[in-house]
Amino acid sequence: MPIDSPFRRLPDAQARTLAFTFAGRELEAREGDSLAAAILAAGIATTRHTPVSGAPRGPYCMIGLCFECLVEIDGEPNRQACMVEVRDGMRVKAMQGARGLGKGPADE
Amino acid sequence: MGETEYAVIGGGLVGMAVAFGLQRAGRRVTVFDEGDVAFRASRGNFGLVWVQGKGAGLPDYARWSRLSAALWPELAAELEEASGLKLELSQPGGFDICLTEAELAAKAASMAALRARLDGDYPFEVLGHNRLREMLPAIGPKVAGAIYGPEDGHVNPLYLLRALTAAFLGRGGRIENGAAVAEIAPLAWGFRIGAAPGWRAEKVVLCAGLGNARLAPLVGLNAPVKPNRGQVLICERAAPFLPYPNLHVRQTGEGTVQIGASSEDVGLDDGTTPQAMAAMAKQAVDMFPVLENIRVVRAWGALRIMSPDGHPIYEASRAHPGASLVTCHSGVTLAACHALRLAPWIAGGSPPVPYLESFSADRFALSPAA
Ligand SMILES: Cc1cc2nc3c(=O)[nH]c(=O)nc-3n(C[C@H](O)[C@H](O)[C@H](O)COP(=O)(O)OP(=O)(O)OC[C@H]3O[C@@H](n4cnc5c(N)ncnc54)[C@H](O)[C@@H]3O)c2cc1C
Repeated sequence: MPIDSPFRRLPDAQARTLAFTFAGRELEAREGDSLAAAILAAGIATTRHTPVSGAPRGPYCMIGLCFECLVEIDGEPNRQACMVEVRDGMRVKAMQGARGLGKGPADE
Repeated sequence: MGETEYAVIGGGLVGMAVAFGLQRAGRRVTVFDEGDVAFRASRGNFGLVWVQGKGAGLPDYARWSRLSAALWPELAAELEEASGLKLELSQPGGFDICLTEAELAAKAASMAALRARLDGDYPFEVLGHNRLREMLPAIGPKVAGAIYGPEDGHVNPLYLLRALTAAFLGRGGRIENGAAVAEIAPLAWGFRIGAAPGWRAEKVVLCAGLGNARLAPLVGLNAPVKPNRGQVLICERAAPFLPYPNLHVRQTGEGTVQIGASSEDVGLDDGTTPQAMAAMAKQAVDMFPVLENIRVVRAWGALRIMSPDGHPIYEASRAHPGASLVTCHSGVTLAACHALRLAPWIAGGSPPVPYLESFSADRFALSPAA
């Protein structure tokens, strides 16, 4: 599937292909990808809307400092996508505003 | 090098509130601030505009804190207008939450004693677990109850500092940054600020936080202040769950959950320790179990500026008229009094309250402990 992303994989990238979903879309990653890298490689730039202004945000620093790439992973809110390796079958959602304070995946 | 009518030493919350208030009273003011290398409580505090419990040892301090809380909406409106910032001031009342019946009883007794010393004019309520839960549904089963103070509130202290600075600069005030003042020399007329040739000021106001201890004797004043460290945990933003601030946990206007603050005598060390952080986190989860899975995104330590009895020191120098000292432990709470009441006094007006002398440093010379 051709994708519109400014990020290109190195031609020698050999790693195994993994499947995950972002906001319900089925996407592919390579084993060893950070989740943020896999999302960017899939051409997705916006991974959340901020709790304060509602502005769109996406992965930025890629080293765990800026907290812009927050996503919900398998029901757990506010994970830093750049600090997590993609696992096969991961279900990822954009963070829309602030997290709730319920327990785990039942969270809204 | 230059000349100014008023030199304010220190650009933290105390110095900027005083500078803004002096300017409001028609004075020309220059602020001298040491900069990022200094210990700066104003950048590391908890943001409470807090009344309850203050003044147990000095009822005038309770009066002064209440006056400031009452003046806060006026200060916030003026600063928001001048700076275009939102200060997130909210004064819905606040809680001092207790995890044991013994602690609740002791606090209730101390508040009742303070109320008696204030002739009954001191509002608070003691709430047991069930009544507290009606106002704060998120409390956990370990909570015994709380004291409710209807005049308590909170504000974003960083926006406060920024707004004071913006308002002051916007009205023509001047700030000298990176300007650690090591010398203040009384002259025949006025003061020299800094090493010669230095600045020349008609009046000087010491608002240098912990730096006051060293500066005060240069102009015949006494500021026996010492550091006390508080650590603060900052958690991720969450949907609103805490409609009232309390002494240990507050949720900011932007949803951030803050947990504070330890109280440690460790000298000039503003670091953090896992022990203090873990104890604060555990206490917060005991009070609000919904915080169990919340993520801490950063933590810091900052140094409080403590006088021997914890009360403010406001003093005009008798040896060197024109020099004065303003320092306190609750510079967020007292910002409104400092800007709107104390500064006009420093500008030459009459004392804003009949009990201002209660805050003179003379009390340390007289007390046997000093
Ligand atoms: C953890 C913690 C929690 C707190 N929580 C609250 C709260 O909830 N509510 C509340 O009301 N208060 C609170 N406080 C207290 C409040 O932060 C302080 O009272 C207030 O910030 C003091 O302001 P300041 O301007 O006196 O001191 P500082 O902010 O320390 O500023 C002093 C300034 O003086 C400058 N300076 C020092 N020496 C010199 C020199 N020689 N020459 C030039 N400049 C100099 C420094 O650069 C600095 O900017 C808290 C404090 C801490 C540490």
